[in-house]
Amino acid sequence: MEPSEAQWVRIHPLVVRITHWINALAILVMVTSGWRIYNASPLFPFRFPNEITLGGWLAGGLQWHFAAMWVLVLNGLVYVTYGIVSGHFRRKFLPLTPRAVLHDVMEALRGKLAHEDLSRYNAAQRAAYLTIILCLVVLVFTGLVIWKPVQFYAIGQFMGDYEGARILHFCAMALMVFVVLVHILMVVLVPRTFPTMITGRARRAS
Amino acid sequence: MKKRTMATSLAAHSPKLIRSVERRLFLRQGLSVGALAMLSGCNLTDDESVQKVLEGMSRWNDGAQALIFSQSRLAPEFPESAITKPFPFNAFYTEAEVTVVDGKDYKLELAGMIRDKKPWTLPELYALPQTSQITRHICVEGWSAIGKWSGVRFSDFLSRIGADTTAKYIDFECADDYSTSIDMATALHPQTLLTFRFADQILPPKYGFPMKLRIPTKLGFKNPKHIVAMTVTNEYPGGYWEDQGYNWFSGS
Repeated sequence: MEPSEAQWVRIHPLVVRITHWINALAILVMVTSGWRIYNASPLFPFRFPNEITLGGWLAGGLQWHFAAMWVLVLNGLVYVTYGIVSGHFRRKFLPLTPRAVLHDVMEALRGKLAHEDLSRYNAAQRAAYLTIILCLVVLVFTGLVIWKPVQFYAIGQFMGDYEGARILHFCAMALMVFVVLVHILMVVLVPRTFPTMITGRARRAS
Repeated sequence: MKKRTMATSLAAHSPKLIRSVERRLFLRQGLSVGALAMLSGCNLTDDESVQKVLEGMSRWNDGAQALIFSQSRLAPEFPESAITKPFPFNAFYTEAEVTVVDGKDYKLELAGMIRDKKPWTLPELYALPQTSQITRHICVEGWSAIGKWSGVRFSDFLSRIGADTTAKYIDFECADDYSTSIDMATALHPQTLLTFRFADQILPPKYGFPMKLRIPTKLGFKNPKHIVAMTVTNEYPGGYWEDQGYNWFSGS
């Protein structure tokens, strides 16, 4: 028997669900093609294994990267605009204090973090999702400077010009990939959060 | 044929079942595309329809870059102290295989939409008013290096030979069998120089003797060396790397 409507809680609005999955795909393409581009002239003394990169060679990696960037940016603009205008960001991400984040991260590490109410993000979640958004903003602006160091010279002055942008672009990628991996791990540990990002709703905790 | 029979027989029994089967098929296909994307990125890029989309996006990016490009925005110039030493050698062959052009017999051939197609000898080119720049060369691979080049402003040369600057492209053919082509807007940019000297010395063979078109608003591979012929044209000329998948505009 279908549970009655009263037993369901709305968790994620449709716009958030759609932009989340488009973003996930765009990030997968951007990161794996970015690794292929990195391998052509590594900044640090290591390369990414070619098996986990996209594009086959430098030109292929660049084609994927500069195609998916439009998807990432346009989708990101829809998400951020919605988040600000609808009050979604304010409702979901605020308030956020360093103390609450530290507390919830410690609880999570001890495996004690509660997830009764999936419609509310705990402080560790808020910090994680905001970090990903912030990393993406940094990735887009450093990416613009690497792509067009002359035309976007003015933006480059905030990040040590072309060479500074390359390093920052890499660091923002590394931090974002780390948080995404933690995010995926948390979904694996609390699997009932997964269908909510598809259907948008969860059964009310009894 | 077989499929249709199955669908027809299913339809007779339960439309709901068809929907759920279709949905399952859709999910499975969706999943396999995802799995393919993750497991075999290289193979995915080789797929013909994927390649078409990627090439289409690359053409779109040519347009976007032409739109962003400004003829008055200058590439940064650096002091002598910032020059990278030694300046890296880069080509589609090794340094030992560098083409050595004989300067005495050399002539720059002109073709296409140009009024005066008389070929140019090196002494004639050296006699043109020269200017210098210390700019950053950015390679498509990601590395960058700063160097000093001297030569004639390309827009001056184009007006001297009576090139039709309403044409879309300029194509360059090189002594080392390299080729590339650029847009007219970039050709007319004040920092685009037809250079004969590197670090105040006549260009050594490894840096492109007898001449290199220096374009600080484009990636390194768009800066042809050992140029022997140039054509002003409205027909897309492509280029050595461009034909293999590198973005054509490749602006900085």
